[in-house]
Amino acid sequence: MPKRQDIETILVIGSGPIVIGQAAEFDYAGTQACLALKEEGYKVILVNSNPATIMTDTQIADKVYMEPLTLEFVARVIRKERPDAILPTLGGQTGLNLAVELAKAGVLEECGVEILGTKLEAIEKAEDREQFRALMNELGEPVPESAIVHSLQEAYAFVEQIGYPVIVRPAFTLGGTGGGICTNEEELIDIVSSGLKMSPVHQCLLEKSIAGYKEIEYEVMRDAKDNAIVVCNMENIDPVGIHTGDSIVVAPSQTLSDREYQLLRNASLRIIRALGIEGGCNVQLALDPHSFQYYVIEVNPRVSRSSALASKATGYPIAKLAAKIAVGLTLDEMMNPVTGKTYACFEPTLDYVVTKIPRFPFDKFESANRHLGTQMKATGEVMAIGRTFEESLLKAVRSLETNVYHLELKEQVDDALLQKRIQKAGDERPFYIAEAFRRGVTVEQVHAWSQIDPFFLTKIADIVKYESVLREHVGDIDVLKKAKEMGFSDVAIAKCWHMAERDVYEIRKRACITPVYKMVDTCAAEFESETPYYYSTYEEENESLVTPRESVVVLGSGPIRIGQGIEFDYATVHSVWAIKEAGYEAIIINNNPETVSTDFSISDKLYFEPLTIEDVMHVIDLEQPIGVIVQFGGQTAINLAAELAARGVRILGTSLEDLDRAENRDKFERTLAQLGIPQPKGKTAFSVEEAVRIAEDIGYPVLVRPSYVLGGRAMEIVYKKEELLHYMEHAVKVNPQHPVLIDRYLIGKEIEVDAISDGEDVFIPGIMEHIERAGVHSGDSIAVYPPQTLTRDIKQKIVDYTIALAKGLRIVGLLNIQFVLYDGDVYVLEVNPRSSRTVPFLSKITNVPMANLATKVILGAKLKELGYYTGLKEESEGVYVKAPVFSFAKLRNVDISLGPEMKSTGEVIGKDDTFAKALYKGLVASGIHIRPYGAVLLTIADKDKEEAIDIARRFYNIGYQLLATNGTAQTLREANIPVTVVEKIHTGTPNILDVIRQGEAQVVINTLTKGKETESDGFRIRREAVENGIPCLTSLDTAKAMLLVLEAMTFSTTAMTEKKVGV
Amino acid sequence: MKRQLILEDGTRFVGEAFGSERQTIGEVVFNTGMTGYQEILTDPSYCGQIVTMTYPLIGNYGINRDDFESIEPHVFGFIVKEACTSPSNWRSELTIDEYLRTKNIPGLAGVDTRKLTRIIRQYGTLKGMICDMDVSVSEAVAYLKETELARDQVKRVSTKSPYASPGRGHRVVLIDFGMKHGILRELNKRHCDVVVLPYNATTEDVLQLHPDGVMLSNGPGDPKDVPEAIDMIRGVLGRVPLFGICLGHQLFALACGANTEKMKFGHRGSNHPVKHIETGKVAITSQNHGYTVTEQSLVHTRLEVTHIALNDGTIEGLRHRDVPAFTVQYHPEASPGPEDANGLFDDFMAMIEQFKKERGVVHA
Repeated sequence: MPKRQDIETILVIGSGPIVIGQAAEFDYAGTQACLALKEEGYKVILVNSNPATIMTDTQIADKVYMEPLTLEFVARVIRKERPDAILPTLGGQTGLNLAVELAKAGVLEECGVEILGTKLEAIEKAEDREQFRALMNELGEPVPESAIVHSLQEAYAFVEQIGYPVIVRPAFTLGGTGGGICTNEEELIDIVSSGLKMSPVHQCLLEKSIAGYKEIEYEVMRDAKDNAIVVCNMENIDPVGIHTGDSIVVAPSQTLSDREYQLLRNASLRIIRALGIEGGCNVQLALDPHSFQYYVIEVNPRVSRSSALASKATGYPIAKLAAKIAVGLTLDEMMNPVTGKTYACFEPTLDYVVTKIPRFPFDKFESANRHLGTQMKATGEVMAIGRTFEESLLKAVRSLETNVYHLELKEQVDDALLQKRIQKAGDERPFYIAEAFRRGVTVEQVHAWSQIDPFFLTKIADIVKYESVLREHVGDIDVLKKAKEMGFSDVAIAKCWHMAERDVYEIRKRACITPVYKMVDTCAAEFESETPYYYSTYEEENESLVTPRESVVVLGSGPIRIGQGIEFDYATVHSVWAIKEAGYEAIIINNNPETVSTDFSISDKLYFEPLTIEDVMHVIDLEQPIGVIVQFGGQTAINLAAELAARGVRILGTSLEDLDRAENRDKFERTLAQLGIPQPKGKTAFSVEEAVRIAEDIGYPVLVRPSYVLGGRAMEIVYKKEELLHYMEHAVKVNPQHPVLIDRYLIGKEIEVDAISDGEDVFIPGIMEHIERAGVHSGDSIAVYPPQTLTRDIKQKIVDYTIALAKGLRIVGLLNIQFVLYDGDVYVLEVNPRSSRTVPFLSKITNVPMANLATKVILGAKLKELGYYTGLKEESEGVYVKAPVFSFAKLRNVDISLGPEMKSTGEVIGKDDTFAKALYKGLVASGIHIRPYGAVLLTIADKDKEEAIDIARRFYNIGYQLLATNGTAQTLREANIPVTVVEKIHTGTPNILDVIRQGEAQVVINTLTKGKETESDGFRIRREAVENGIPCLTSLDTAKAMLLVLEAMTFSTTAMTEKKVGV
Repeated sequence: MKRQLILEDGTRFVGEAFGSERQTIGEVVFNTGMTGYQEILTDPSYCGQIVTMTYPLIGNYGINRDDFESIEPHVFGFIVKEACTSPSNWRSELTIDEYLRTKNIPGLAGVDTRKLTRIIRQYGTLKGMICDMDVSVSEAVAYLKETELARDQVKRVSTKSPYASPGRGHRVVLIDFGMKHGILRELNKRHCDVVVLPYNATTEDVLQLHPDGVMLSNGPGDPKDVPEAIDMIRGVLGRVPLFGICLGHQLFALACGANTEKMKFGHRGSNHPVKHIETGKVAITSQNHGYTVTEQSLVHTRLEVTHIALNDGTIEGLRHRDVPAFTVQYHPEASPGPEDANGLFDDFMAMIEQFKKERGVVHA
């Protein structure tokens, strides 16, 4: 079927900020889709609030609107642009829900906008539990016994009928938010009530638990001509019961016979046909390990995380083809972009094994509940490819970058705990399983504990067995070869052989045991392909041919995690493009299946590999690039720089020595002193005693943190000696290799700058001012461009310092500096000699292609030649706000209070003519409901009470009702502000938690007390707010920002004789 | 034990032996199916061939009681990257090593099967030998060069004597050229009263059974090696509705005056898209053939192309313009592979019914 000629303009809705359950995979899908539509000659209008994406680059769509993804704003865009059609299936659940809202509100009909691809009716049939079940019954496809409940009473009735355990799934929520397995009444009450609250339609599905079944996914595609294919099937190593986003997944399925494979394939195709999907779709099924009995678990009628994984696992670009299907093209008339010679209407076949392992944020959230269930908790994932399962698994393990290079535990555990950790799945289960085998536990026993298929367990047991073989055959070349074929890292072998990693590497080189690279080609080599997409393995034939062109290697940033998000992938992609522009061959090494950078069409060559020194060196040994760029891959890449240089690899851009001068505390201090730039007093402590001495010397409060970390990990502000000692004992392990940095904590305004330097000129695209004072991690604070409160002198000082620092540190490429303005003076907090989180935001609003420029400078160009100069770029018109987005609702037991440790998972942009309007958009886009009236609940720490009075008064003046706990209320009363007292948690009912639960407050403001007792109360208040979807502000600065918005949008209503309170 | 595969072009792969330890010579072909090794091992069409699987992990779900496509396997050798020693599946009874050992079929594991596949893709299918390490490459190549591959595979794999698989529906005579059980299974599922005849059955033998339909099965090798069948097909054509699969399709084409030729490396796998010309719809099919009907040879025949391979445009389905007969190059019985084209058996039933109605035939 030819493509549609009757439409010209297509609106694409993005997925908004990165949150757990909806991450970078939608940037990858959305970017592909927009480009595919443009390729077909359509005009593409994009709405997405996420500035950190490639998708929102102006060259990806014809018009890019970075507006909040709400009915209000998207309707505005539609009314203005009048697109002919809308494509809603590429923006995750957010895009889909928004399209449904737009249709229901009549906006689409009003503006004559057609929905492309899968029709709304089909979407609803797949998403609405009742309709879906009805359809499955009609098709004769089995679904687990279940009931839709709208109340706890209905839940009781269901459980009475079928008994525990039951699975709860709230309708229309991201990543299964609020779901879980209940084995008793208490859990039922807990999970069902919160699930009902979280579901936008107040409905939950209660389902007979089929925990222990194999969980199998099919990624399927269908076109309007009813051609339907399976792109990939995948098997979750973890049986049903763990969210697939949190499961270790392999592709293709490993333990299914052809009959089982076809049984589930037929079911998937029947379903996609019955739904009338036009595009991509994900079908999740559960298969009894002891019979042909299966159940359909769920269907996602859109591109998803799994489709991104399937695309990377097979090479088959699902989103691109889904977009083309949406405009009428059919699978049999499109070419398979990988081979270029065969058609897209076929089923990819793999000749390798793919393993995906999720990356969890538990290293940052130590208090979080690490138990895995139906609620997704992972922030990102890694993928690895191998010719054996063992190789694929071990490569994935070391791709995680958790400082683990093998299936081994970091800590000793006793047998009882080991068993418990295997029985109750957590993120580290595979490591515990390996340990169990080391202790002689049998495969049967571990299977009984975990219900993981013996196939996978045997493979892990084989890995463990081979550790002993290695230990018994030190230096044996045949054993070494076999170990490499099994995917053992040099680090792991070195440990067995009691030698240094480098020695193993040398032995291997001498024995010619080095990997070859095989191509991912969708067809198992049946057809010739030219896809430059490779993975390493230890076999005979190498397919990655080195070209005579000079090449440059860019290191990616690995899995998305808190502190190192999609922003770094954005910069990586731009760097790759710039390298190509500069005439070099661009080679990227990365292992994140979700991102744009690992789309094989971006670079000249993609190596899907772990980012460890060993794996990176293999690529470099083969490719012999002119150098490696480490500035764009976040701390992942920076951390490899020293070892790469030690092995004779040229680091392009800022030299290793200068990188170290920025990162090494003492060298940095010396540089600053030389340059005459002030910084908060601070020193490096190598022992606990030293830490105490330093803190006393510089005076409390102090900021403490381990050196060389990203995202403020384990960083804390401490106010007295006891707190410092507690920190040194519990948060870090201080030793001469791992010192702790101690700085004076200056309570001032934080300012952030990104700049590009070529060693001679230093160009500064812009200065950003933070709303929250220093002490809140820069990634978690609201940033504003241009600065709203800085004087010209201060700005000049910042510019001067930036230039001096760039030159003094001999930066060639990007640098990011954080300043604090304290008592009228500017101090440097830190310098990052690399791309930062704010690069995409600043690039977009200032129109300076920062990563591109930096790359060209790194490759030897001068800023002047590129049309840039030394100094600050003239400020852009308008005001731009970058607001953080958190995923707290998905992480139980995590304290949401903001501090030096970064907690946000994503960000949004708000842009408009005035600060208040931009801020409004930023807050709305970040998911905060701003209500013009209501009640605010205040529980303020003593140290902040004075400051809170003004905030309370302003809330009162715009008509908000004030609720406060006793102490805070008293302060407010003394200031003549009317307030209603709410009982504290222990002092009676209804207490503060009831107020939150019953929705009596629309905003909660809670500031952190450093006393331990009230801290736990505060914690419960904050969690209660999160779980009930009420904005909870823990910084008074954020509260003031919100007030600014409220005041701007509120008309005051004062009676004629009434005076404003306090005036 | 280390053993080796030597190809006629002199390439040598050293691997770990499994299954039988005898020496074998055959045509080396690759199959791209990710599942279905048990069905592939027992598909008689592989008689004379050494099969390499492109998917690296083979044997994961073991060998079970049910998924055989013939009683005895006829494949000459089996080459994999890894042969699983501890399979896991509720139906698994044997490891692949145990099975091949029992059936005296040599296997070789630890081979860079992707390299092997790329060689076959580039040079076309070629002869190969699985042997012990003491055989030198030059010896093996010389031996391979002078060895003529068998041409009597159909005779070897076809049933020696007729047998019945009774049902209460249409009487279908199924000619066994190396039939996969799947074909019989599909006919039985449709209640057919099946009589299976050997490959060399004559027109007389067939018609004597008063069939409502004749089914030509798949089978190994070059269709031109089975001239007997061509005569038989000519005899029954027009008198009984006919449906052919794979080798049956090629024999039908030859009987109707068309020609066949050997393909470079054939189609073997579970992911082959086939376009139905009339509707334009594509089915993903299971395929296993090294020969194809040539398009230009159809000019002077009464045959019409109904299906083509989407990727290389080769003929995948034919229909006779005058008499009730149609054939496909692929495997609608699947096993292994997708069941998208399963409806062709229903088409066959419909054709039989239509024929009966027109002729006023009164058989059951």
